[in-house]
Amino acid sequence: MKNLSVFDVIGPRMIGPSSSHTAGAVRIALVGRKIAHGRISSVQFFLHGSFAKTYRGHGTDRALLGGILGYSTEDPRIVDAFKKADEKGITYSFSPTDLGEDFHPNTVRMLITTEDGEQSEVIGESVGGGSIKIVQLNGQRVEFTGEFYTLIVKQRDVPGVAAHITQCIASEGINVAFMRIYREEKGDFAYTIIEADEEISESAVDKIKAKPELIQTALVVSLR
Amino acid sequence: MNFKNGQELEACCVETGKSIAQICIEREMDLTGWSEDTIRAEMRKDYDVMRQAVDRALKEELHSMGGLLGGEARKLKARLDAGPTVCGSLMSKAIGAAMGVMEVNASMGLIVAAPTAGSCGILPGSLLTTAEQFGWSDDQIIDALFVAGAIGLIITRNATVSGAEGGCQAETGSAAAMAAAGIVSALGGTPRQTLDAAATALKNVMGLVCDPIAGLVESPCQKRNALGAANALISAEMALAGIPSIIPFDEVVDAMYKVGKRMPMELRETALGGLAHTPTGCAICSRIYQ
Ligand code: SF4
Repeated sequence: MKNLSVFDVIGPRMIGPSSSHTAGAVRIALVGRKIAHGRISSVQFFLHGSFAKTYRGHGTDRALLGGILGYSTEDPRIVDAFKKADEKGITYSFSPTDLGEDFHPNTVRMLITTEDGEQSEVIGESVGGGSIKIVQLNGQRVEFTGEFYTLIVKQRDVPGVAAHITQCIASEGINVAFMRIYREEKGDFAYTIIEADEEISESAVDKIKAKPELIQTALVVSLR
Repeated sequence: MNFKNGQELEACCVETGKSIAQICIEREMDLTGWSEDTIRAEMRKDYDVMRQAVDRALKEELHSMGGLLGGEARKLKARLDAGPTVCGSLMSKAIGAAMGVMEVNASMGLIVAAPTAGSCGILPGSLLTTAEQFGWSDDQIIDALFVAGAIGLIITRNATVSGAEGGCQAETGSAAAMAAAGIVSALGGTPRQTLDAAATALKNVMGLVCDPIAGLVESPCQKRNALGAANALISAEMALAGIPSIIPFDEVVDAMYKVGKRMPMELRETALGGLAHTPTGCAICSRIYQ
């Protein structure tokens, strides 16, 4: 119980009705919004398992769209997310799907497109009590929760790249809690995911991106 | 300052002469590095949201996402205003407030999960209504919420507060235990009486299954929140009268967990058993998802 706060028990303050189907959904989409990194023009949600079955009754659809709009789990505008998205000209769709047995019963796959035509795929699981896990990014299995300051780097799978990333992080004095590398089975790219207890500065990110021959993208995601 | 179970919490109180609320706050200070004022202010925000949710259900007509509830708080209020009630004023207000907060929750309003969204009516219903009746100060209410939090921490650590894991006994039972403890402590009960109240509330609903119709946090959840509020009040009353729990709190928590573990998955939030699986429950389910 060392890390359990009394505010995990009395709290969070949230828009109902369900911590897993509503609050968790908001948080997954908030991560998706940050990963998409730009003005979002459209988003397709593919709902799996219990999400597919009960999304309307739990307002999972509004919650997901609310997260895409940048609303926090306690933002009352979530109820009006459809209207707000329409006003902003964001198009959206919800389709039940079956992602297979490998995924948690409360899972959503999001295809997010920005105004400059970039598309990101994010799969997230709502694992209970509003906690989430991002388990896939653009076809690559990954794992992070968003509870930490999380640096996501898409890199070329060549020697020297991990050293470059760790050097940049170390030179900024950032204390790394976890670091993992995920690589495609056969492919040119890999993801490095670094989780830190403290904020990861823009300058660290810029330093990493300064070697475009190694790095395709780098961005920081956090639900804190 | 930390405690793993009720026994350690009580020992902490006896050794230091501090209240359960104070020990819970100091634990939080150790954990976060925040000041006592910041921590109290954070709980104050929870209190404010609880209060607003209770009031909102009495003022507004709320429409739930699944359409299985709405207007219950106002119906109970109308009956209370009209004349003698079966339950008496405090109990009637408590169950009305609990049901009202569940209306807010089910219509995508702002609530405090305490400990879960599905049980969010119980603490505001029982504890805030009692606070009003007895004229507690804001600080007393906030202390009572920390006592509730301490009980919730112990149950979360040693068992579960999730309906999917331990059935409704774990969810609404824990909320009732937390509320009962908060009330007893605020009304001058000893740490032992506080734990007795929590134990009694858990015992009263041991074995209660989780069977939400159509998988939504509406029915029977809203009435189970009314039950939870009533459970908190009667458990507090007994403890304050000096009626102990024969089985100590920690053993009750353990028993509740074991009972939850033995519940088949059909009776743990999957909507495949209990009321969710009655002919009417199934008909509602297919109507909602047609
Ligand atoms: S029956 Fe309703 S209130 Fe009880 S645990 Fe299940 S979802 Fe929660």
